[in-house]
Amino acid sequence: MSELGPTGRLRDGARTVAPLAVAVGIFGVTFGVLARDAGLGRVASIVFSATTFAGSAQFAAAGVLSAGGTLAAAIVAALLLNTRYLPIGLSVAPALTGSRLRRLVKAQLVVDESWAVGHVGGGRYDGRLLVGAGLTLWSGWVVGTTVGVLGGEALGDPERLGLDAAFPALFLALLVGQVENRRGLVAAVAGALIALVLVPLVPPGVPIIVASVACLIGLRRAAT
Amino acid sequence: MNDAWTLVLVVGVGTIALKGAGPLLLGRRQLGPRSASVVALLAPTLLAALLVTQAFADERRLVLDARAAGLGAGGLAIVAKAPTLVVIAVAALTAALVRAV
Repeated sequence: MSELGPTGRLRDGARTVAPLAVAVGIFGVTFGVLARDAGLGRVASIVFSATTFAGSAQFAAAGVLSAGGTLAAAIVAALLLNTRYLPIGLSVAPALTGSRLRRLVKAQLVVDESWAVGHVGGGRYDGRLLVGAGLTLWSGWVVGTTVGVLGGEALGDPERLGLDAAFPALFLALLVGQVENRRGLVAAVAGALIALVLVPLVPPGVPIIVASVACLIGLRRAAT
Repeated sequence: MNDAWTLVLVVGVGTIALKGAGPLLLGRRQLGPRSASVVALLAPTLLAALLVTQAFADERRLVLDARAAGLGAGGLAIVAKAPTLVVIAVAALTAALVRAV
């Protein structure tokens, strides 16, 4: 990989994530269908994917809205989910070069998958690999969303297709990848329990936000 | 401005700021170890809360329906190390089948 020039590495990143971009595109279709279902509207759904470019947060926002939650709950849930991009952004900061505007734009291409592809070992990142991967994934996500938004009617009722069960399964798959140690597991279980207990007591969407306090167990010493 | 555009604007601007803050402002500085470990736990906590509410909540009631069956099947696919797309397909198909029966 180090033999390749700058453009080579850009292309390298794109090629590595190409199969993933297809998967991301299919997710994009799913998001487009569900966003319509949640009443987001065509153009807003596509703009959402192009600017926010963070699948789990967008799915969360659409999920909260279609479950009858408030706008504020949807916004807070999505933004809380994206707070992980603060430390992720910090980790790639040394690899993203150029003017302030260029760095800001490149930083938007950082998602979980491009972040993983751009890692070259020892906590160091290759900016070009990351950007190549990020651009490919972004294209897949936006094109997929557009297809889903426009073709959603042809697909019919998402519930009949079991698409509502796709969400918890996706979150479980993402969760398995995110639990790296015992504390992660404890936080996840605590978050799930808090949310379940609150479901009958408060409006939809709020349980998720309150459950996030479980992450404060991170304040305890790392000895456990 | 309607709700959809408010959501797109607020979440969009917020996410751009969250993603851009590190590369733009903080340079090579790092988060303190305690803040870093709280932020690291946010993702698993929120995903778990999302998972259970999406699987078991119907408005303000807790229910066991086709979604739970789909989640169970998806869980088995995860244990079998299936790719994420297969996991999702298995979950959706199972829920659709349970509803069709």
